[in-house]
Amino acid sequence: MDPRLLTAIVVVVGVPAVLVGYIWGTEQVLKLLPERAKPRIRPWLWLAPALLFLGIFLVYPTIGTIIRSFQNRAGTEFIGLGNYAWFFGNAGALSALKNNVLWVVLLTALTVGLGLLIAILVDRVRYESFAKSVIFVPLAISMVAAAVIWKFMYDYQRPGTPQIGTLNAGLSPLGIGPIPFLQFPDFSVSTIALIVIMAWMWTGFAMVILSAGLKGINAELLEAARVDGANEWQVFKGIVFPLLLPTIAVVATTIIITALKAFDIVYATNNGAYDTEVIANLMYKEMFSFTNFSRASAIAVILLLAVIPIMLFNVNRFRAQEAIR
Amino acid sequence: MTRWQRYAAPSLALVLLLAACSGGGNTTPSSSGGASGSGDLGGGDLSGQEVTVIGTWGGDEQAAFLKMVKPWEDQTGAKVKYTGTRDLNAVLTTGTASGVLPDLAGLPGPGQLQEFAAGGSLKPLNDVLDIDTYKNETAPALVDLGTANDQIYGVFIKAAVKGLMWYNPKTANYGDSTPATYDDLTAALASNASKAQAQWCLGIESGAASGWPGTDWIEDFVLRQSGPDVYNQWWQGKVKWSSPEIKQAFEAYGDIVKNSLGGATTAAATNFANAGDPLFDSPPGCQLLHQASFITGLGAFKDKKAGTDYDFFPFPDINSEFSGAVEGAGDLFGMFHDTPAAKSLMKYLVTADAQSIWVGIGGALSANKNVTDYPDDIAKRSAELLTKAKIFVFDASDLMPTSVNNEFWSSILKYTQDPSQLDALLANLDQVTADAAAAQ
Amino acid sequence: MTAVAPAIPTADEIVKSTTKATGEKRGSWGVHVALVVLMVVWLIPTLGLFMNSFRPAQAVASTGWWNGLLPPWNLSLDNYAHVLSTSGIGDAFVNSLFISIPATIIPIFVAAFAAYAFSWMNFPGRNILFVVVVGLLVVPLQTTLIPILILYAGWGINGQFLAVWLAHTGYGLPFAIYLLRNFMGSLPREVFESAAIDGASPVTAFFRLAIPMSVPAIAALAIFQFLFVWNDLLVAITYIGFANPQNLPLTGVIANLVNSLGGGWQFLSAAAFISMALPLVVFFSLQRYFVRGIVGGSVKG
Repeated sequence: MDPRLLTAIVVVVGVPAVLVGYIWGTEQVLKLLPERAKPRIRPWLWLAPALLFLGIFLVYPTIGTIIRSFQNRAGTEFIGLGNYAWFFGNAGALSALKNNVLWVVLLTALTVGLGLLIAILVDRVRYESFAKSVIFVPLAISMVAAAVIWKFMYDYQRPGTPQIGTLNAGLSPLGIGPIPFLQFPDFSVSTIALIVIMAWMWTGFAMVILSAGLKGINAELLEAARVDGANEWQVFKGIVFPLLLPTIAVVATTIIITALKAFDIVYATNNGAYDTEVIANLMYKEMFSFTNFSRASAIAVILLLAVIPIMLFNVNRFRAQEAIR
Repeated sequence: MTRWQRYAAPSLALVLLLAACSGGGNTTPSSSGGASGSGDLGGGDLSGQEVTVIGTWGGDEQAAFLKMVKPWEDQTGAKVKYTGTRDLNAVLTTGTASGVLPDLAGLPGPGQLQEFAAGGSLKPLNDVLDIDTYKNETAPALVDLGTANDQIYGVFIKAAVKGLMWYNPKTANYGDSTPATYDDLTAALASNASKAQAQWCLGIESGAASGWPGTDWIEDFVLRQSGPDVYNQWWQGKVKWSSPEIKQAFEAYGDIVKNSLGGATTAAATNFANAGDPLFDSPPGCQLLHQASFITGLGAFKDKKAGTDYDFFPFPDINSEFSGAVEGAGDLFGMFHDTPAAKSLMKYLVTADAQSIWVGIGGALSANKNVTDYPDDIAKRSAELLTKAKIFVFDASDLMPTSVNNEFWSSILKYTQDPSQLDALLANLDQVTADAAAAQ
Repeated sequence: MTAVAPAIPTADEIVKSTTKATGEKRGSWGVHVALVVLMVVWLIPTLGLFMNSFRPAQAVASTGWWNGLLPPWNLSLDNYAHVLSTSGIGDAFVNSLFISIPATIIPIFVAAFAAYAFSWMNFPGRNILFVVVVGLLVVPLQTTLIPILILYAGWGINGQFLAVWLAHTGYGLPFAIYLLRNFMGSLPREVFESAAIDGASPVTAFFRLAIPMSVPAIAALAIFQFLFVWNDLLVAITYIGFANPQNLPLTGVIANLVNSLGGGWQFLSAAAFISMALPLVVFFSLQRYFVRGIVGGSVKG
């Protein structure tokens, strides 16, 4: 048998069968147990595959990362908080931290704001499918290709020569520029230029999830409010927004974490030059270019710590969700 | 009944998943695990065997490399499995840490070669290469760079000469009387001022490696102002960045920026590959471009004719004491598994026959002195600079610890955009250098 | 709000409800203007790439992409021809499918099981465990490469598709669980309670209630996970890499179109469109599941 055909069968039939078979199998096993034990055992059987994967692929390496962050470069002895002290005493690292704050604030505001706006707008038109696809297209593009696309957008040619970058060509009739967007030395312009690229890509993500949330709101409820004379803004403020809040929180949480981990676009364009450095790229450099696993580990742990407030917010949110349902 | 009963029985599915474990890879069971590629080699005949190779070459470089190994494949019956990646650092770092490595690999630089050799993952080549021939054919400086603990661990698959001065003979023909000293050059630039909009073409943007073309400028100035001893002590961290020798090199580069087409903003935002394009503009944008020998395969040079459309002269002397100094660079190659096929391929790659294939395609020079089949006179002359240099040094930034090199790049960008912060930048570089040494 | 879905919708009803929803569409001109402007802004960068993918490198480097819209057009399929003639691109496309399909299906199933447990089963430490799972979202996957590679070497699966499936499942789970738990957790309790009273087992409730009612979230998740895997290079090159380069996905071949000094990137434009095609088809085909009415009455007011 052709090995490719075998692989294809495994891919299409075998994998789902194993997964469904697993959960069906657990119920058969539970049948053998006394009635009282079932609710105690069952959740863990349902969670087991996820916990196994998470344990192997994320928890186990992270424990190693945490230990390594307290060690010297060679990993031979413990040096206390030395790697953390290095991070917070290093001008380059602090400037990366500053850029990440900008990433979190700006990327979240742009993607959630625009994603929500577009999700609401497309809900009212017949060409919804088409409009959503247009906004979604950038998400289907790989990061390397996105970097090329925006190279054409941000391209800079010296003054007095024809601009081949879309933005500078658009600005020149107005007497502005040319502006080297990605190589601008001040005011975090280059970082903002990179955030715009990511916002362009991730607005589609926010839109898809927010739109799915929007579809989850009972149409009759909205219709009833309209019949009662509420205008669209009142419907949005009074019904849609409150009901959509949990979905917005999910999107915002995901985007904030994406912004904290911002890496690919920085790596694919400037690699941190021109004041575009971010924490994750710094970590990548320490790890793979400078082979300092210990410092890279400390940076990863700092990222983990940065996410704690967001997680606490989510805990409260889920408690509230369970209280009302 | 319920939906799940329509799905296949789990036992069948398990069988299929197990099949994925063994069949999913669908070929070459030899290449799994820590002993990648080394497990199943029996006798001396290489037919049917494979050598896994990883490097940074893509596009036409990848094609050139594959063309280069083709005769070896035909002769031995073995196959080269090449993977190109821009994440070479990541692959080799994870590889050396986990033991999962290709048979042969491009190495990011001499620093990593030392590290991998010390860590035991790189295999020595003394018993692999025909060592006397190799040393005879190769510039001693390049042999040394591939050496750790008196054993050869790396060879240069291709090389480049840095710091060549490119010009368009139709604009200002520097070929008639090549400037011998930097003062001659300054004078010639001034007297030719009316022939082009600016003296220099300059572009130091290079995506993820932005800044490196500027480091070449600094290196060329340090080498010719202060000589190879200071140069070597500098990358070794023994001469400080804030010392007068290094500072004056930065300042000399600062003058170039001032006299470049479009000034600092354009220099910082122009890709190095296209920086020389204004040489061919009408009216000409600049008189000279300072760039390595590989520029002939990039930007507008690619479609122009060597000798008639463009030509070069070497970086002129500044201090006559150090006359004839040349800076070179190259792509190192090392061996992680000493399988018979890998050894055989390694031995083949450094031969003049193999090297001639790549240089014949263009855009690359060979470190091998016996390679002479260059496609044009310009490539031939630059190769001679490399092999016949009186004083030869290797690209200093490639020799520095990577964290220092990285800071060097970004300092060049900052200095280009704002020359007033030079002292702070140099002090910071000293700190990063000290930190890199302490973190070893 | 007290209105609860009177009956559990089946897949057929879900599809039918699409037609119902589109009948009610009416937008004011302001909505149309705003949307069209946004769509144009969103399309311009891609349009630039699209035009440039038909133009020769020399033209791309010297004039803006909009020149491709004007005579003399000077457009050709050369870039596409070059990309499509790259050796192994067809195999790479198949590899990408072999990698992406299971690496999308497995995490969705596994996450759905876990999300269901987190949403509708009581057990001690539930919230803490859930927060830890979501917190794992922030783990940079680069820190996991070395430990996992060492494990894989021990298991002997480096270079095989299975290695990538498992890794993508692990990396994709925190987001998948987060998204699905959030959605399943907002489904109405009454539905599950009445099912339990009728004697339905959790497996039945899961497959007949939770999954059909979560279709929009699952569809969204499927798209994102598919995209993430489809566009991934780092994971593939690490776990498949040099050991079995013939198993590398499309991204691996595309990355090699450009040489190390930056030459040849005009081919990336064409390659980007070739690699985008399938994810867009997936998006179009899953889009019909994002329809109003599927979870009618599910969100509590």
